[in-house]
Amino acid sequence: MPSIICNDLCKTYRQGDAVIKALDHVTLEIEPGSFICLSGPSGSGKTTLLNMIGGLDELDSGEISIDGQRVDQLSKGPLADLRLHHIGFVFQAYNLIPVLSARENVEFVMQIQGMPARERKRMSTAILKEVGLEGMEDRRPAQLSGGQQQRVAVARAIVSQPKLVLADEPTANLDSVSAEHLMELFRELNENHGVTFLISTHDERVMRYARRLIRMQDGKVIADESQNND
Amino acid sequence: MSSARALSLAAMSRLSWRYLWRNYRRTSIMLLAIGVGVWAMIFMTALMRGMVDQMVADGIDALPGLVQVHDPAFRDDPSIENSMPPPGPALRAALESPPVEAWTRRVKVPAMISSERNTRGVTLLGVDPAGEIALGFDPASIVEGRFLESLDDRGLVVGQKLLERLETELGKRVVVMSQDPDNNVADRGFRIVGVFEAKLSAQEERQIYAGLATTQALLSMGEQISEIAVTGGDYRDVTALESRARDAAGSRFEVLPWTELDRYLGLMLGVMDGFVLIWVVVIFLALSFGLANTLMMAVFERVREIGLMQALGMKPAAILYQILIESVMLLLLGLLLGNLLAIASVLPIRDGIDLSMVAEGVEMFGASSTLYPALKAKDLVMANAVVIVLGILTSLLPAWRASQYRPVEAIART
Repeated sequence: MPSIICNDLCKTYRQGDAVIKALDHVTLEIEPGSFICLSGPSGSGKTTLLNMIGGLDELDSGEISIDGQRVDQLSKGPLADLRLHHIGFVFQAYNLIPVLSARENVEFVMQIQGMPARERKRMSTAILKEVGLEGMEDRRPAQLSGGQQQRVAVARAIVSQPKLVLADEPTANLDSVSAEHLMELFRELNENHGVTFLISTHDERVMRYARRLIRMQDGKVIADESQNND
Repeated sequence: MSSARALSLAAMSRLSWRYLWRNYRRTSIMLLAIGVGVWAMIFMTALMRGMVDQMVADGIDALPGLVQVHDPAFRDDPSIENSMPPPGPALRAALESPPVEAWTRRVKVPAMISSERNTRGVTLLGVDPAGEIALGFDPASIVEGRFLESLDDRGLVVGQKLLERLETELGKRVVVMSQDPDNNVADRGFRIVGVFEAKLSAQEERQIYAGLATTQALLSMGEQISEIAVTGGDYRDVTALESRARDAAGSRFEVLPWTELDRYLGLMLGVMDGFVLIWVVVIFLALSFGLANTLMMAVFERVREIGLMQALGMKPAAILYQILIESVMLLLLGLLLGNLLAIASVLPIRDGIDLSMVAEGVEMFGASSTLYPALKAKDLVMANAVVIVLGILTSLLPAWRASQYRPVEAIART
């Protein structure tokens, strides 16, 4: 079970002559099985924080550890292994592989993990049914609507039941019914399987599901509060 | 387990195949370019190889033989003084078994031939007609009259061009003059009984054939001969043949392979192998720019997807393999197309292309007027191997670049 510790994270980006502080001395601890929403205006550092925890980007300074393993010190190969076996990503812009069908996209991670084909098929069929895409397994991304593509991306992120799911605005392109359905699915995975969720969002409906809400602004954590959502 | 290993070859191949045909126009154009390039490599090599093979074969026929045995001084001074005795029992026995397929003995001396109108310097060949034919003289090259029939045939066979130079014709008499061992003029009248055409005009103009015994009698040289010519096996490897002749002839005589007897021809063969390699590599270099560009574009247009794959846990090595597999697929398809095109181009002309329009030109460097393309397995293998090996090397840069993207930057690309 991941215990995530972020200690004094700093990250700056250059935009022309301007230096933007994406993360400004961020310190966090995330308990296993948490359901956390990161909120804040655009440019507040939510996505950067998710990318840092997922090992997709490099810190300027600070430390991140997951289950005692220093993520910021891992090289590319071990980082890829960490993401493969422990982290599921849901991106705002779906990010599906366009030359693969919905089922193949979902099976992609399991395939890299070396899971047998029969098992992959069983699990992908079940998860695609769970996200409401039964009968659309063989469609390519271009043949799916935005909402359907996002559901495929979610299915891919959770199908192998990672211990941590990092979701960047997962409902941004979904209608309210689909968004509700997705969040119910996240909650079910969190409560029944102990999957830790860290979700960046502007969406108040999503925030209602969180048991902990972290507000960010200008790269800083300005509020970190628990909330009762039963 | 590493992702490079876990994502099976079949899965990577499927992914690569789909990416390959994602932009089918670009892939088709690149396939066509590789196919035409490979076609040019193989087809042009077959033509060049055929020309050189023909030059070598014609040259060996004109020598004749793959190996010759002479008196050590004969090549510097091919006169009657430097003749040699006929082969003894030991040499004969050695020449009657493999790897020797045929052999003959000849007298070969400089001579003058005179008709009633002209005189020309020639090489008088006293030959055993059966042995000469076995060594490569083509009876079908006799365009008028007949070839010699026996060792003591009293007729003379001359080339078509020489006949024209002498302004004489079949059936007329000519005088052949040379020197005997005592440095006296030896001359004799011969009736022209046959006229031959040769692939090499020099042979047509300079060589005249008479019976071996008749020539020996003319030159008062008894049983002496000028050379023994031996053939057998592939002209590219005459080591065994040369060893056999050398062992049997002993150290008294000089035994030389055709590559030494006609160094120009031997050199041509060596140069040809090098030239084919250079030709194939030059064509590939032209192709490689297109290949590298195609792969660069293929990588560039899916930077975001490469970043996504990395984010999902695909290791840089697996990304590199996936791009390389895509490149190998492109190369293999291009090779298939090129090989088929080349074979389809060579088959209809396998019986030769008539170069008589430019035959005068090609004869200047020893080629014949009919060009037979020679599609050799080793040339096919070399062209294919060069394209695959250099193609993979060319693909390494775009593949490596793809594997080195930082996921967050790659995913952010639009």
